[in-house]
Amino acid sequence: MPPVQPFENAVQTHGPTVLRVCRAVLGAGPDADDAWSETFLAALRAWPDLPPGTNVQAWLVRVARNKSIDIVRATARHAIPADALPDAARSHDPQATDVWQAVARLPQRQREAVAYHYFGGLPHTETAELTGSSPAAVRRAAADGIAALRRTLSTDDPTPSARTPAKASR
Amino acid sequence: MSPTLTTLTAPTDTELQRLHDRLAARAESEHLLAVAYRMLDTPIGSLLIAATERGLVRVAFENEDTDAVLAELADHVSPRILRDARRLDLAATELDEYFAHARTTFDLPLDFALTRGFRGEVQAALTTIPYGATATYGEVAAFVGRPRAARAVGSACATNPLPIVLPCHRVVPADGTLGRYRGCAPAKATLLSFESA
Repeated sequence: MPPVQPFENAVQTHGPTVLRVCRAVLGAGPDADDAWSETFLAALRAWPDLPPGTNVQAWLVRVARNKSIDIVRATARHAIPADALPDAARSHDPQATDVWQAVARLPQRQREAVAYHYFGGLPHTETAELTGSSPAAVRRAAADGIAALRRTLSTDDPTPSARTPAKASR
Repeated sequence: MSPTLTTLTAPTDTELQRLHDRLAARAESEHLLAVAYRMLDTPIGSLLIAATERGLVRVAFENEDTDAVLAELADHVSPRILRDARRLDLAATELDEYFAHARTTFDLPLDFALTRGFRGEVQAALTTIPYGATATYGEVAAFVGRPRAARAVGSACATNPLPIVLPCHRVVPADGTLGRYRGCAPAKATLLSFESA
């Protein structure tokens, strides 16, 4: 059996992706931070027994989804805190705040597709399985969600050309 | 992913560091952090120091590949490893004091998880060589009751997981040369001249 990687490597490599997923689901604030912490704590617990060859990013994204759902249930409030983004989300780059607010305004299907497929890198099929949808619907929801985000960003931005690259990287 | 969305959604280093610190604290309190490590700047370069809940388990020199050192810890101790300084406070303080000529012996819990057998016996015996002194490989072999095992003493020194703290730099060949050193020969010379200053 190949030796298991030091957990620190997984945190460094996948920490940003997991935080994007949690923020897409819960909004950029303390709930997303909590989901991130719970995800990596659970992952640390399971780490030595992770089967060799596991796709670590996909595994972490699935854990992050479960932890996000736990947090939504625990706080017993709506998963889209669009009207009341916490201060933490506003304090840094205002453009980043804009994009997370735009994500929060997406319909749930699109937000989930953006979270798990676009940010989390899960295939359409797996995203569909997780969210109780079909691969075709996920593909459409992700494309629509991303298109809506790009639209929002370019209309919000007084100089859209400054941050609208000609081509997506994939 | 579009560079625009990628850039705009990228967490800042400050945010990630804060989350990382919080994770390490939680892991520590739930006894899930098997190995904590940090880097420590010293006059002989940046050292990697690592500790389990039992004590200091590894001191690695700058010339040792960090990934390889962590892989060794993952393989032989546990892959539950995080970079976190808190558990290393005592070791960092004592090493700072040593390099400031304010300490000649180390007084901190050690974990011998990375060694075993005769090598471990030799490594544990290294602390009997006083600060500023040296012993030959043969003398150390005799001390541990295996007078003909000078070569094995050499291997034990070469694989010492806790150099400086277990002072393998004080073990030299009988011919008056410095011999080899895990942290490279110049570091050995520096440590010996530093201790005799």
